[in-house]
Amino acid sequence: MDSSAQAHEHNFPERAGEYVRIGLILFVLTALEVGSYEIAHRPGVPLHDFMHTGLIPVLIVLSAIKFALVALFYMHLKWDGPLLKGIFSFSLFLATFVIVALLALFIYEGKFSAMIGSLMGATGT
Amino acid sequence: MATSVLDHAGAAGIHPEKTGLWAWITTVDHKKIGILYGASAFIFFLIGGLEALVIRLQLMKPDNNLVSPEFYNQLFTMHGTTMIFLAVMPLSAMFFNFFIPLLIGARDVAFPRLNAFSYWVFLFGGLFLNASFLFNAAPNGGWFGYANLSSKQFSPGLNMDFWAIGLQILGIASLAAGVNFFVTVLNMRAPGMKLIRMPMFVWMSFITQLLVLLSFPVITVALILLMFDRLFGTHFFVPLGGGDTMLWQHLFWVFGHPEVYILILPAFGIISEILPVFSRKPLFGYTAMVFSGCFIAFLGFGVWSHHMFSTGMGPIADSVFSLATMLIAIPTGVKIFNWLGTTWGGSIQMKTPMYFALGFIAMFIMGGLSGVMHSTAPADLQQTDTYFVVAHFHYVLFGGSIFSLTGGAYYWWPKMFGHMLDEGLGKLHFWLMLIGFNLTFFPMHIVGLEGMPRRVYTYPAGLGFESLNRIETYGALILGFSFLVFIFNVIKSTRSKVHAPADPWNGATLEWSIPSPPQEFNFPSIPTVHGRDAFWEEKRAHGGKLPEPARVSGAGIHLPNPSYWPFLAALGVLLLFIALMNHASKLGPVYIFAAVSVLFFSIFNWVFEPAEG
Amino acid sequence: MDAHALHPATSTGIPNRKLAIWTFIGSECLFFASLISVYLVYKGKSLVGPYPSEIFEIPLVTVGTALLLFSSLFVVLALNGCEQGNRKKFLGWLAMTILCGLFFIGMQVYEFTHFFHEGLTMQKNLFGASFFTLTGFHGTHVTIGVIWLLSIFIEGVRGHVPPAKALNFEIAALYWHFVDVVWIVIFPVVYLMNS
Repeated sequence: MDSSAQAHEHNFPERAGEYVRIGLILFVLTALEVGSYEIAHRPGVPLHDFMHTGLIPVLIVLSAIKFALVALFYMHLKWDGPLLKGIFSFSLFLATFVIVALLALFIYEGKFSAMIGSLMGATGT
Repeated sequence: MATSVLDHAGAAGIHPEKTGLWAWITTVDHKKIGILYGASAFIFFLIGGLEALVIRLQLMKPDNNLVSPEFYNQLFTMHGTTMIFLAVMPLSAMFFNFFIPLLIGARDVAFPRLNAFSYWVFLFGGLFLNASFLFNAAPNGGWFGYANLSSKQFSPGLNMDFWAIGLQILGIASLAAGVNFFVTVLNMRAPGMKLIRMPMFVWMSFITQLLVLLSFPVITVALILLMFDRLFGTHFFVPLGGGDTMLWQHLFWVFGHPEVYILILPAFGIISEILPVFSRKPLFGYTAMVFSGCFIAFLGFGVWSHHMFSTGMGPIADSVFSLATMLIAIPTGVKIFNWLGTTWGGSIQMKTPMYFALGFIAMFIMGGLSGVMHSTAPADLQQTDTYFVVAHFHYVLFGGSIFSLTGGAYYWWPKMFGHMLDEGLGKLHFWLMLIGFNLTFFPMHIVGLEGMPRRVYTYPAGLGFESLNRIETYGALILGFSFLVFIFNVIKSTRSKVHAPADPWNGATLEWSIPSPPQEFNFPSIPTVHGRDAFWEEKRAHGGKLPEPARVSGAGIHLPNPSYWPFLAALGVLLLFIALMNHASKLGPVYIFAAVSVLFFSIFNWVFEPAEG
Repeated sequence: MDAHALHPATSTGIPNRKLAIWTFIGSECLFFASLISVYLVYKGKSLVGPYPSEIFEIPLVTVGTALLLFSSLFVVLALNGCEQGNRKKFLGWLAMTILCGLFFIGMQVYEFTHFFHEGLTMQKNLFGASFFTLTGFHGTHVTIGVIWLLSIFIEGVRGHVPPAKALNFEIAALYWHFVDVVWIVIFPVVYLMNS
């Protein structure tokens, strides 16, 4: 019993402190997200102009950091081998690709095609 | 490796095999589940084939009125849906189930009960889809159910509800099986069976599972949205409410194109097993085969919009998807040359499976070439929705998948059932199939380019379509007859009771090292693998031949317990979807509650039931 | 062999069920990616209101978000306790996790009812349809997670989750974290980028 209990302690180190630190960082990042949102929606406060135009990239960066922290530490990917890392990263890559491709097809294709169309119309006639 | 088999030779007290209906319902044995998949899928294949024959009889002459336009719509929709989801996919699943564990030297799959669950959900989904005929409401909007033809406005009946819900149920079966076989291949390999030593069929099946896992969620979402539109009155695909019908097409084909590779990659795998054995040579370019398979799967996710060139996506999208589609010809070409390289200089043995394998290569090349023609967007605009497209995808799905699966059936039949199929009848089957197939589908290229549209129930006289259509129908009848020869062959061989040896073809892989049919536990002791073509290596080490392995008792081998909870859980899934379909009735909430209760009760009992005894 | 009965040796060294839950999570990535795509493609395409910026209550959702984030912290602490055989730590933090999950569901039920009273339904416009579908399926995942964790809590109270069986809990925790990371994406994409 003693040896197996020790083995377990050996296999599963006490990481509570680390987990709590990550939790605090996640909390701060969420506060930053909401803070950025508030700044972007309140004319007159400091940084308003920056946040008003740059809110989306700021939010993407902040949430990507949160996502990575949870995946690496809480889901233990940091300590897992290449297989599990690979499964999750490949799925994430493909998921992002589908979102970006569909947005490009629905939102940007029309704009680009119209631009090309007008250029060709201008030279053609 | 096989030494332990020999050690046990002559041992008495062979493990009794349980039979009877209850044994089949509760089975968690991957081989029995494989046979269940095969039998069910073959029946669905015959149903889909009958639908095709009625279509061909209707089109045999111009202005024919054998079936009504409404029924014709149901026939072509159900033919496509059945052949893809209820025939080719589960026929591949039969081989996954029966042979992946045998080929990697395992006693079962990673999750035997989940495997049974997958099968029962598949069966219930297939029965549900076909039950629509009883209500005279079979799906009628085409196998890809384009919005907004599938909306309540244009399909007011139950037809497309049956379609959307049926596919949703089948998707659950595929995803559960996908997780199971993905884990099985990675985790259950015998010692020494490194990834890069795995038989090519295992590799291609593994890549197929990856495609299932990553593409089925997308169709699941699309079907959920369609069901919400139809059942709850949302406007996802209803232009009047702002919905965009293009979104359906994109979501469908994000799934639909990987699905094409889900149908063909297992076929590639089977061919890559048959060709080396009957050429008496290892597979040429093994590593290139593995990587070209991975490359096909990867590219398969980036080409979906080539199904949509005629929707006016715009020049940039058309160009990008054209180029990506043309790229796929490269890894596919690598595979073709490797197969030819495998036979080159081999001592070729012309047995029935080899006939089908060589037929596959020829037919698949033709289907592949017309596929490259479609990748050119301007050419595709001329070909879309004509019989040219019908010809193309039958050359890859029938000339490809079905030729390969049939070849696989002849190749592995002795192992699965313990007796040989007749060679003469097998070759007759092949020639009838090859001739019937080409008579049916080759003229479709011509009538298609001449402008005959698909999915239309008839054509007027005088357009020059008559004689070619009559030839197509004769071809289809020959094709149908060829499968009667197959059924006759099966019955004759079963009655003749000629027992198959363990290794009738001098096979290269582990399944041939154990008796035919395999015992419940597959391997008396888990083999150790020292290289590719593990069984050839083993035989070479023992002077070229090994004695016939004996049946042994298998006492002390732990096998998973039979369980009826997977069956009940699958029933719960079916009931839940039937309840959702009837949610608007007076007792709707009661039905849903009852179905959810059955599902949760079964899952809980399943989880807390001991897996092994 | 018998000594490893609980975790039979696998070719990769990763237990079957752990590999399976990761595979499932990979598959779920595409499920939520499709739902998020639908939401974004239909963003700004609603023909009639209510529109997102008129109706969202950011403070309420921020509280829900924080609860879900903290539940992820609590569940790793509980798992840590379970693996060390520290029953008090295991059950205490697990109970906290379940409570957070329940509060999150409560937040969502309140939010949905509120929107409903404001006139936003699935049938009203594309925003309603895609919003309720995306967040509703996420909420369903949270609910399934709560039921799963609850069953582990009950088993734990009965003393059936010793350190040797921590894997049963670990896979539930992985699923729970995944539900959390999906919300990490939904919160900024749906709520904060609402203009």
